[in-house]
Amino acid sequence: MDRRHFTARLTLAGMATALGAPIVFAHKLPKDYLPLALQDNDPFTLFTKDKEMVVLNDRPWNMEAKAHLLNDRITPNKYMFIRNNGRIPETIDTNTWTLTVDGESAVGTKTYSLKDLKTKFKHHTYQLTLECGGNGRSEFNPPAKGNQWTVGAVSCANWTGIRLSDVLKDVGVKADAVYIGYHAADTHLSGDPKKEPISRGVPLAKAMQEETLLAFKMNGEDIPLAHGHPLRLVCGGWPASTSGKWLNGISIRNQVHDGAKMGGSSYRVPCETVSPGSKVDEKDMCIIESMPVKSLLTYPKSGALLKKGKNLNINGHAWAGELAVSKVSYSIDFGSTWQECQLEAPANRLAWQHFNATIAFPKKGYYEIWAQATDSNGIAQPMVLPGWNPKGYLNNACHRIAVKVV
Amino acid sequence: MENNFDKQIKALARMLSAFFGLLLVLVGGLFYLKEHPNAFEKNSVPEPLPVALTKEDYDKVEDGIHIATGFVDDTHMQLVVQNCTSCHSAKLVTQNRMSEAGWTATIKWMQETQNLWDLGPNEEKIIAYLAKNYAPNQKGRRQNLSDIEWYELK
Repeated sequence: MDRRHFTARLTLAGMATALGAPIVFAHKLPKDYLPLALQDNDPFTLFTKDKEMVVLNDRPWNMEAKAHLLNDRITPNKYMFIRNNGRIPETIDTNTWTLTVDGESAVGTKTYSLKDLKTKFKHHTYQLTLECGGNGRSEFNPPAKGNQWTVGAVSCANWTGIRLSDVLKDVGVKADAVYIGYHAADTHLSGDPKKEPISRGVPLAKAMQEETLLAFKMNGEDIPLAHGHPLRLVCGGWPASTSGKWLNGISIRNQVHDGAKMGGSSYRVPCETVSPGSKVDEKDMCIIESMPVKSLLTYPKSGALLKKGKNLNINGHAWAGELAVSKVSYSIDFGSTWQECQLEAPANRLAWQHFNATIAFPKKGYYEIWAQATDSNGIAQPMVLPGWNPKGYLNNACHRIAVKVV
Repeated sequence: MENNFDKQIKALARMLSAFFGLLLVLVGGLFYLKEHPNAFEKNSVPEPLPVALTKEDYDKVEDGIHIATGFVDDTHMQLVVQNCTSCHSAKLVTQNRMSEAGWTATIKWMQETQNLWDLGPNEEKIIAYLAKNYAPNQKGRRQNLSDIEWYELK
């Protein structure tokens, strides 16, 4: 990940020659930065991702899966979406890596080595659903700013680590604590060392949940670089931006954490619903907490041509943030009629649930299979886009795939 | 005696050349290390050398798209390349659709929070390019499924 190799041989003049144009504001280029046209890193090799994954952004890296790639019950690394806000840390030394817990509401400041964390506290493994708050953003109208995620910014891997609550208790939490905020080793895109690319957090109640982990393993192995090696906060069921990667600090706060991307329109939606395209004041925006109920048809891949008379087995996953999914239904007639799918219990709280059904089609033609999940409070996914919001978060509209019976 | 002196001279010459040889390797190694500070790190991933683009390659436009960046080839595109791709990828621009007011607000936000510099008289030109080539299109509340790749399901 070290670009010094490159730039040692490339002067600004050299870059300008290669680009065929002088670099305006060249003096403001971060010193180890290589202009886009000169970068040639293969992210699939770099991050061991499947070639079918879709790169939305290469600086910072953002990559999503397609629905059919997410068919595994436990998401393997090769199909796990990447959402980065800054630059991946260039040097990571697990021997010297530390986590410092501080803040107004910490009894004291304590620094732990990775070894301390791994040996002092009990290990736990949970399968946890992580979905980007902006998953589905591409469908909003008028369009919302940011990476244009379609359906693939969701994963459900096994995470192994220690409970954040155990560490917080070890440090000591004052009675006035309300929130925790994370700090991490990724660096700002502008190269400014004083800027954190992202520093979000969760209310103390979420931090104290038994499934909220400081994880060092994903699917039984060291967490891959792009997913937060060597230490990641994992808050299942909440916008994945609360699950800070490359973690080196936790602040116990006596107020809502005010780190980067906690304010403005970041990971916030209007407290009261607004008409599409409205301008919303910052003070009228509320922080997203639990993600809404949603489901994904992962088999078959959209576009299946099926011989008339043959039944079709479908399957997928459904999740509902902090809640459980109580029902998944499918429709082959655009919502006119719904049939219930078989639905499994989750591996543990905050893990997605698998569903399946067998469909018999009445006659030849073009069909869309729509899936609709309902959460344990009786709230179902909408068939159209849910409430518009300035940054295009929380699109949990029903997923659908195309099938032709021939 | 003379024979012995000869031998000693030869031995000294051998020692000296070995010494200079070692010195050369050491100094060479130091220069190499200066250029490659991670040469001794076990896990340093060798990065591929950038393929130098010729000016011709860089200017290539196909179907109205500037191949090297993915931008729509239009007036002021170079200004956009120069000012909008030094921190983030061109993909962050090309995947978005905004009105003139939306692009203006985005630039203002980047200047206020993300260290984007003052664009001076270029700001107007950049916004005009973006608002023209990356304008929103009406999508309605739900679109038809598109880009379906049909395949026979076994």
